[in-house]
Amino acid sequence: MNVTLIDYGAGNVPSVERALRRLGAQVETTNVAEKISAARCLVLPGVGHCAALIAALDAHSLRQPLIDAVGRGAAFLGICLGLQALYESSEEAPTLPGLGLLPGRVTRLPEDVKLPHMGWNTLKNIRATRLLDSVPSGAYFYFAHSFAAPAVGEESAAVSEHGREFIAVLEKENIRAVQFHPEKSGAAGALVLRNFLRAAA
Amino acid sequence: MSLARRIIPCLDTDGARVVKGVHFEGLRDAGDPTELAARYDAEGADELVVLDIAAARDNRPTFLETIRGVAEQLAIPLTAGGGIRSLEAARAVVRAGADKITVNTAAVERPELVSELCAEFGAQAVVLAIDAKREGGGWQVRIRGGRQATSLNAREWAQRGVELGAGEILLTSVDRDGTQSGFDTELTAAISNAVSVPVIASGGAKVPAHFLEVFTRGAADAALAASIFHDQVQSIRALKEFLRRSGVEVRLPC
Repeated sequence: MNVTLIDYGAGNVPSVERALRRLGAQVETTNVAEKISAARCLVLPGVGHCAALIAALDAHSLRQPLIDAVGRGAAFLGICLGLQALYESSEEAPTLPGLGLLPGRVTRLPEDVKLPHMGWNTLKNIRATRLLDSVPSGAYFYFAHSFAAPAVGEESAAVSEHGREFIAVLEKENIRAVQFHPEKSGAAGALVLRNFLRAAA
Repeated sequence: MSLARRIIPCLDTDGARVVKGVHFEGLRDAGDPTELAARYDAEGADELVVLDIAAARDNRPTFLETIRGVAEQLAIPLTAGGGIRSLEAARAVVRAGADKITVNTAAVERPELVSELCAEFGAQAVVLAIDAKREGGGWQVRIRGGRQATSLNAREWAQRGVELGAGEILLTSVDRDGTQSGFDTELTAAISNAVSVPVIASGGAKVPAHFLEVFTRGAADAALAASIFHDQVQSIRALKEFLRRSGVEVRLPC
């Protein structure tokens, strides 16, 4: 499986690359628009501040190629900020438009719990999805974020809860994304990545 | 089910090898960092911390090589630190494979470093390490591996660190460190209840009951230990099974 890993300088690119390679994927990391336009399997990682991701995509003129590739049917996986960027906007970067591939707005988790939501949490309201094939119910995944997508919308495949429910796994046709870090989530995370590679094949 | 409490082994290194010793005295070899990292990942550690306790000496490239080797072994988050004094040094550590950076003395000396790191890597990647020692009715911040006193109050410094953007506090009791007499739960609770970010308790762990105590009375979000894991005095798996039986939510790997 050939995977195009979008490298706009996010901190977790090397670990995502390592995790995909362990599963036998051929990974090309790139920030070149033409390569992203032509990709059949795209992974958008991300960690940190949402504005950094959006600004970097625009600085490298990657926004339209990415939207076009997804529109063409390329298999897409967003990780953490790569999930949040799919929506129309985020409270974290109110002046920057998101990719707008999904309707809605990413908002901050409530103040009455410790933020960032950092550590291992479980999934619930799980619907059948390729990404979660054979993943045991009760499996833990590693999260590190303070903002999240609302837990509504037909794209939701599983939610998690920290102060409020939010989308942890989404799947809408060829668009898939996870709020947790599969590359840091041990065996359960590796299974999710393997499922993505299989679905993309 | 909700957010699990984390168990975090810590590898103190001299750059290349894992070492142990109290307050940098009588250091002795405790193993190969990549071998220990692989073992802890397999045993169900939730994260790993790697510190360069010989930092500010001349072995930075060796430490970066160690981080690379350790990161290669892990499918869990990696925090690295020890002697990080600048954005450039932090970048090198992140490029080598660390997910989070921890800063201690340098942040006390120049608090803006915390903000600079957060602006570049995000709050979730910046761990403010605080070494605290009982002083009167409170706790005083110590620097340089606990050896040097400061005028800072640990509770106030933790709150200031969070204002500056730190996403997590790694709190070590200087009084308990190396004693194996249990975590300072009073200190941990005081800091954990004073800040809005997760707190990792460190210093004094030996038996499973110490961890139970720091997660309940100490309100810790995570607990860190070193030699009891290296010497196989305590297995991570058995510790987590004990905690789960005692009603603490932990991740037991499948």
